[in-house]
Amino acid sequence: MPKLSLRGVVKRFGDNTVCDGINLDVNAGEMVCLIGASGAGKSTLLRCINLLEPVEDGEIFLDGADISIPGLDPEPVRRRIGMVFQSYNLFPHMTAVENVLLAPRRNHKKSRAELMPEVTALFARFGLAEHMGKYPDQLSGGQQQRVAIVRALAMRPEVMLFDEITSALDPQLVGDVLDALRALKADGMTMILATHEMGFAREAADKVCFLKDGRVLEEGKPEEIFERAQNEDTQQFLARTLK
Amino acid sequence: MKTLFLTTGLALALSATSAFAAGHCAAGKTLTDGKITFATGNPAYYPWVMDDAPESGKGFEAAVAYAVAEEMGFAADDVVWVRSSFDEAIQPGVKNFDLNMQQYSITPERDEVVDFSSPYYAAPMAVLAGPGAVETMPTLEALKALKWGAVGTTTAVSVLQDVIQPSSDLLLYGDNADVNAAIQANQIDAALYDLPTALYLSAVVIEGSKVIGQFDASASGDGDEFGMLMEDGNPLKTCVDEALASMGKSGKLAAIEAEWLQETTGVPLVK
Amino acid sequence: MSTKETGGKTRRQIYEDLLRRRSLRIAALSTALVVGAIVVLVPMAPGWEKVQKSFFNKDVFLKTFPKLLDAFLLDVAIFAWCAPLIALLGLAVALMRDVRSPALFPLRIFGALYTDIFRGVPVVLTVYLIGFGIPGLGLPRPWNSPYIWGSLALILTYSAYVAEIFRSGITSVHQSQRAAAQSLGLAERDVMQFVVLPQAIRRVVPAQMNILIALQKDVALLSFIGPVEIFRQAGVFKSLLANFTPYVGAAVIFLCVTIPATRYADYLMNKQNRERS
Repeated sequence: MPKLSLRGVVKRFGDNTVCDGINLDVNAGEMVCLIGASGAGKSTLLRCINLLEPVEDGEIFLDGADISIPGLDPEPVRRRIGMVFQSYNLFPHMTAVENVLLAPRRNHKKSRAELMPEVTALFARFGLAEHMGKYPDQLSGGQQQRVAIVRALAMRPEVMLFDEITSALDPQLVGDVLDALRALKADGMTMILATHEMGFAREAADKVCFLKDGRVLEEGKPEEIFERAQNEDTQQFLARTLK
Repeated sequence: MKTLFLTTGLALALSATSAFAAGHCAAGKTLTDGKITFATGNPAYYPWVMDDAPESGKGFEAAVAYAVAEEMGFAADDVVWVRSSFDEAIQPGVKNFDLNMQQYSITPERDEVVDFSSPYYAAPMAVLAGPGAVETMPTLEALKALKWGAVGTTTAVSVLQDVIQPSSDLLLYGDNADVNAAIQANQIDAALYDLPTALYLSAVVIEGSKVIGQFDASASGDGDEFGMLMEDGNPLKTCVDEALASMGKSGKLAAIEAEWLQETTGVPLVK
Repeated sequence: MSTKETGGKTRRQIYEDLLRRRSLRIAALSTALVVGAIVVLVPMAPGWEKVQKSFFNKDVFLKTFPKLLDAFLLDVAIFAWCAPLIALLGLAVALMRDVRSPALFPLRIFGALYTDIFRGVPVVLTVYLIGFGIPGLGLPRPWNSPYIWGSLALILTYSAYVAEIFRSGITSVHQSQRAAAQSLGLAERDVMQFVVLPQAIRRVVPAQMNILIALQKDVALLSFIGPVEIFRQAGVFKSLLANFTPYVGAAVIFLCVTIPATRYADYLMNKQNRERS
């Protein structure tokens, strides 16, 4: 059974249909990369998966259970699915470590002392040990993004969603963040990434999906998509992006 | 020719009489020639002015105004009324009245800035007790223990601070209506008013209240005599004082007092 | 000329020094002219002597100042117990207007009505209506004290303004902060308490300072319902001495408190603008 399963997911904003019947299966431990032009529906799809947006139609299954039932309490689901955003969205009035501690303390009712060993280890793992006490505005973009990843990981999610997390970074900082993603994959995390980093997708993804106008036009293994794309739109997109 | 002489002579005599009548003393000293302008409060209270209508001549101060005007040679039609606040009376600059009558107490400090006529009434201060304090004895000791209120701009404040010296803080208000509201809300036990006003309020306005005592006119020092307020150095003062003096001598002033300010026996003196 | 020759200053620095000296001279001259004109021309007005005696009388000022200062302590006290309650009630009303759950919908309506009414009625009317009206219902002493109900009138009115400012602060926190907090599985209450409110409150502090300064002056309105604070005390002096100088004295005392507060509020606002840009 796939870890995460989407069936005919439809999302509209007013008259604008952003997701037009999306089907997707993600197996446990897989990394799925969503590629496509801006406005293709990648971000919206991710926000539907962790219930930040309610879907108009269709179903979303997590471990076989329907999490898209209207009226379902989203909080337990969100605790199992972590998300990292393009603009990091760290809480500016808290230090890095406070950012990370907030959710586990409030959600799992654990004390700071109980959580510190795990949190410290996470910070060290991603090369942020000496930045724990700093405020977000004292960190570089890449450091902030990695703190955002640690923050999501502290909740011990089963699935991680990444919404173009390197798009706002300077090129020389991107590498550290991609390393972090590689480390996560090595740990066996189930990951869905919306990304423009084609090189990374090609190297690390298990599956690549090309989205256009709210639909998955083509999906398959990286080499299938990048070298042998069947669909004309996919080819055009890749030609423009990969030159 | 003789008729012409006679008519001219008569005409001259008549005009001279009317010139005489239009206040030979006050001629040229009023705001508007031939008219005398009085100011009163807004609103003007009973029993000083009835129904807030001074033009009717009803009410103690309204009656005194018309009587003084007549003494000075003005006809009733020549009396003009305007309204003013206390501040307008004492602010520097041109006034819009000749004489202001609003139960102003004559004090030396005020006299430095404005002029007062000689007194037209000596008003004792009286204690108006609210329903909760009507049993209080009219002794200074008993009065000290009450919660007091008064209108902040009156000389009642000095009497309270210097003579009664209550043990709890005073509450001061902008006008009579607010003091009355405070009595009715039981925020204060008693208020200090001049005797006629206090009697009126206890009879008509504040249910269950009673005038439980009055102060001897001399006990409270200055501030018990009402004078007409006018601009500093106003030459009209001599005319007004003259008029009041003759009204006092002829008994006219006392008669007006008897008509509008009922007999005040029965209110004990505060010991 | 090289920098060494001119004693270590560049051409640009010399030029700017020259400009600065010149502008200082011109500013000094024009200020002196304006002040001089005021000092010479105003006393030449025909009514000046009377106005001076009535409004700027040194003897009266000195005589009444100590008691005015004493009465001002009451204003300070009223301010001191009203301000914290206003902050709390204002925050509560702001949160009320923000509730999402349908069961609490009446709170939303109440919050909206509350801010409409209390921002719409002049404060002095509210002081009268509540300060006299409620005790008039027959409360026993000391519960009918004008201090309690007058303060309540101030608290109710100012909370409405403070609530609106808090609301604008809350909406100014970017939606992405909420999204990030929600995606961590935080409960709605925790999102507000730990993520949105701390940022919102920090943002609106300069604006709230302005409200505080207005409150410092409006405490004088309690004088209408009895308490002898500085405005009423000045009025008593005015009546006793037939002179307006006590009001000038009261104004001076107020300025001693409000000017530093205004400067501080400006400082906070400038600091915030610099941080934003």
